[in-house]
Amino acid sequence: MSLIKSSLARKYVMALSGLFLVTFLLLHVTINLASVISPDFFNEASHFMGYNPLVQFLMQPILIAGVIVHFVMGFVLEIQNKKARSIGYVKYNGSANAPWVSRNMIYSGLVVLAFLGLHFYDFWVHEMAYKYVEANPEDPTRYYHETVEKFAPIWRTVLYVVSFVLLSLHLWHGFASSFQSMGVNNKYTPNIKRIAKTFAVVVPLLFAFIAIYHHLNPITH
Amino acid sequence: MKLYLKIWRQKDASSPGKIVDYTLDGVEGDMSFLEMLDILNEDLIAKGEEPVEFDHDCREGICGTCSLQINGEPHGPDRLVTTCQLHMRKFNDGDTIVIEPFRANAFPVIKDLIVDRSAFDRIQQAGGYISVNTSGNTVDANCIPINKHAADEAMDAATCIGCGACVAACKNASAMLFTSAKVSQFALLPQGRVEAVERVQNMVRQMDLEGFGNCTNTGACEVECPKGISLTNIARMNREYLSASVKG
Repeated sequence: MSLIKSSLARKYVMALSGLFLVTFLLLHVTINLASVISPDFFNEASHFMGYNPLVQFLMQPILIAGVIVHFVMGFVLEIQNKKARSIGYVKYNGSANAPWVSRNMIYSGLVVLAFLGLHFYDFWVHEMAYKYVEANPEDPTRYYHETVEKFAPIWRTVLYVVSFVLLSLHLWHGFASSFQSMGVNNKYTPNIKRIAKTFAVVVPLLFAFIAIYHHLNPITH
Repeated sequence: MKLYLKIWRQKDASSPGKIVDYTLDGVEGDMSFLEMLDILNEDLIAKGEEPVEFDHDCREGICGTCSLQINGEPHGPDRLVTTCQLHMRKFNDGDTIVIEPFRANAFPVIKDLIVDRSAFDRIQQAGGYISVNTSGNTVDANCIPINKHAADEAMDAATCIGCGACVAACKNASAMLFTSAKVSQFALLPQGRVEAVERVQNMVRQMDLEGFGNCTNTGACEVECPKGISLTNIARMNREYLSASVKG
């Protein structure tokens, strides 16, 4: 019981849910890359993810729960941290001792959360309506052109790319930080930080590349 | 050198405070920051005004009594020094210096620049000790062989002077660096392992009760700590607490 109330437990929850979401990002970007390399494989993978009962009814709810736990806990921590210093400094030189990204995780996180709202509306809501409301028959060939068409408007492509920049900033601090929260700070830490920061740059860059690629290469009927 | 000081003045814990401007001439580079405040106070007393209250004791960087948020940083812009070791040569003629108390709800202001840091004492009392028989049967500590690496790390953690700069620097007013140093100095030694489970649980519980914020790993505490206490101590406390929670 003491674990649930403790400030350290909240750190563990943020770290573990964050690490879980990082592994999901890796899976997501891998499947997305297929849309650039092989539209057929992308259709196949998307169809599998969309209709496999294990993915749909076990992994998808776990993923949604992971997202909710991460951002709800993020808000709880932010509120508690603000309460710990109700009278602020007249002059506070935060940049003297900590990088901007580490001090503004709430803002990069809020942008990513807003992006998730748009992203869910764009793909998940559409998919749920297609399958369960309109009860359309299975069509394993539709995913590629549906995805490419989403990136036709410039505004959506720009919003996605801006969100990926903020995602990168969030991961830059968050990924490596989750190891520290779980008590891992040893001789492997410099390498863990290098890998985490490479991930924080490469994965959002790939997401942005895929969005821009589809915007520049529309399907011609 | 001539300095323009903006100092937080507050009559007592229940009164509202405000920044008051002072101009101080004739400051020498070899003076410590506290000596500069002494001169200001002599001027104020000569004018019949209330001197600025601030904490100080040893004035050689080992007692942890002096504090002050100087231009937005605890213990000022220099690294690995306390305010009493900060020399005025770090500032330039004509500089404006903002001087405030350490800010955290767990460190309430008593008067002017003095804050109540007894929250740290209560964290220490919650488990920052080992129980030994002192009735004549005390075992010589040197009878237990200790790995040199562990002894050095424990000593590094024990150099924490409990000044509160970690809390003052942290954007969340978290006391994790202090608490973790006090957990680590025992966790690394065989004498401390006996009560390790209760120690970390009790000290973290007290830290939470005092109303400090949560750690978000910004690392500001480590940068501002005058004794160079490392973030590895926080990781160690996280491990200790996780393992203590599993063991129950």
